[in-house]
Amino acid sequence: MTKDNCKKLVIDIISDIAPDEDLSAIKPDVRLRDQLQLDSMDFLDIVMELRKRHGIEVPEADYAQLASLESCAEYLTPKFQAKP
Amino acid sequence: MAYDWLKGISDHYDVVVIGSGLAGLTGANTLAKCGHKVLLLEHHYQLGGLATWFTRKGGHIFDISLHGFPVGMIKSVRKYWNQNIADSIVQLKGIRFINPQFQVDTTFDREDFTRILIEKFAVQAETVERFFRDLREMNFYDNNPETTAEMFDRYFPGRDDVKRLLMEPIAYANGSTLDDPAITFGIVFSNFMSKGVYTFQGGSDLLIKKMGEELKKNGVEVRKHVVVEKVLTEEAGGRKHVTAVVANGRTIRCDAVLSNANIKSTVLRIAGAENFSPEFVAQTDAVRINSSSCQVYLGIRKGESIPHIGDLVFTSDAPKFSTGELVDMHTTSRTFSVYYPDTRPGSDRYTIVCSLNSTYAAWNSLSEEEYQKEKLRLIEESISTLERHIPDVRAKLDWIEAATPCTIEYYTRHWAGTSFGTKFEGLKVSMELPNQLPGLFHAGSVGIIMSGWLGTINYGVIVSNQMDKYLAEIKRAAEAVSA
Repeated sequence: MTKDNCKKLVIDIISDIAPDEDLSAIKPDVRLRDQLQLDSMDFLDIVMELRKRHGIEVPEADYAQLASLESCAEYLTPKFQAKP
Repeated sequence: MAYDWLKGISDHYDVVVIGSGLAGLTGANTLAKCGHKVLLLEHHYQLGGLATWFTRKGGHIFDISLHGFPVGMIKSVRKYWNQNIADSIVQLKGIRFINPQFQVDTTFDREDFTRILIEKFAVQAETVERFFRDLREMNFYDNNPETTAEMFDRYFPGRDDVKRLLMEPIAYANGSTLDDPAITFGIVFSNFMSKGVYTFQGGSDLLIKKMGEELKKNGVEVRKHVVVEKVLTEEAGGRKHVTAVVANGRTIRCDAVLSNANIKSTVLRIAGAENFSPEFVAQTDAVRINSSSCQVYLGIRKGESIPHIGDLVFTSDAPKFSTGELVDMHTTSRTFSVYYPDTRPGSDRYTIVCSLNSTYAAWNSLSEEEYQKEKLRLIEESISTLERHIPDVRAKLDWIEAATPCTIEYYTRHWAGTSFGTKFEGLKVSMELPNQLPGLFHAGSVGIIMSGWLGTINYGVIVSNQMDKYLAEIKRAAEAVSA
């Protein structure tokens, strides 16, 4: 699992949660909230989908790590790699 | 022998949901979509909790919950239910205020309110802008002790008329008062101001029917006429956790329970004080129950029609808005929800539901004779108020009926017949519950901000996420043992 693969998996999830958003030009280092119409419920949905699709747990204290696509990849890639 | 409403159910479920209010329904649906085996139990003969309706002779259908919720419902319903239900959400544009201080017609959104506050109430544009901006930035975890009254005084000192315009509709929507934390006003008001007021085309009956179909599609086992009497626990490793429920006298094993009952009922009646620390029991005891509502249901005879007088009409004869007047037994503050034929496309019927805020104590303390007399007074006063707007309405009515906080208690089993859940501190107890007793979760009207159509749906999802995590841990532990 590379960081780019990880970003793609996150984008897959967001595209299901927010089907009306154009995700083709997301800037990886800008907060997702600042470029997309995402609210706190949408971030909760991302957490639930990560658990459901990939068995990855994001504790509440780490929710801030999901702020941008870059920070998502930074935080989640090791978790994907640690999976058996 | 009585009919067995639990006939054919399994011995074990991952999750048992107690109650089918919007938080219970949405929690059941979300957990089923996460792959869990879910049993939903409702004591009443129909689903929905307060998102409900009833039918009466003459073809009348009366919706209970105030029709009117924020635009955010479209997104939440699409995500947590389906596109089809979301597509039936339509805007209500005729919101009216009629009281001794002002008459206002509005679409109840930020743009229109800005115009009204500047043009009609002569408030400085900069103040209005700052008020809306600051409200949007409120967070419930900020722990700001400011009350709604104090907040209004900061922006609009001495302006009782402005306070009334801002507060009155929210008091009907969630039972909050000027003395509650400003956040309870801020979050709900901001949600409405985003794009106005919306409702379900087709009525509560169609909404709940579609939700029932979606639950079935996702594999939720739904049983009505079933009262959950007790949550059972066992001790393991020195800690209690949930293992089963007793419902209609039968024990059903489960890994987790989502209670959509009132938080006080959940802790003190269904689980029982013996399962918690004395501190947590005391904290639960101290949670204040919110006020409740009375309603008068008026059905227009088939073939008759009434003019369009607005969708939601906030009327009052009180010279000024006050929280005390609003819940007084003799309040003159009423909201008329007017249902025109387009509420249920294909129908040609009109109904009017008049809602008043009220307290359980005032009604529950009456003798049977006084209770009936007060109900008749409520009906008479509501019809005469309506006659000011539709002079010939009385002759067109062929169904008249009233409900009080005692009616709500009977049908929903809500603690003290509340229609608005608990005050702010109830949220803390609700969120702390699974830490106190692993496996027991609560989602329902608590803390004012988790109340109402949108609040309870979203809270159902927030709690489902915690339950999904809990259940995933149990499954992982079981796999580790068997491996």
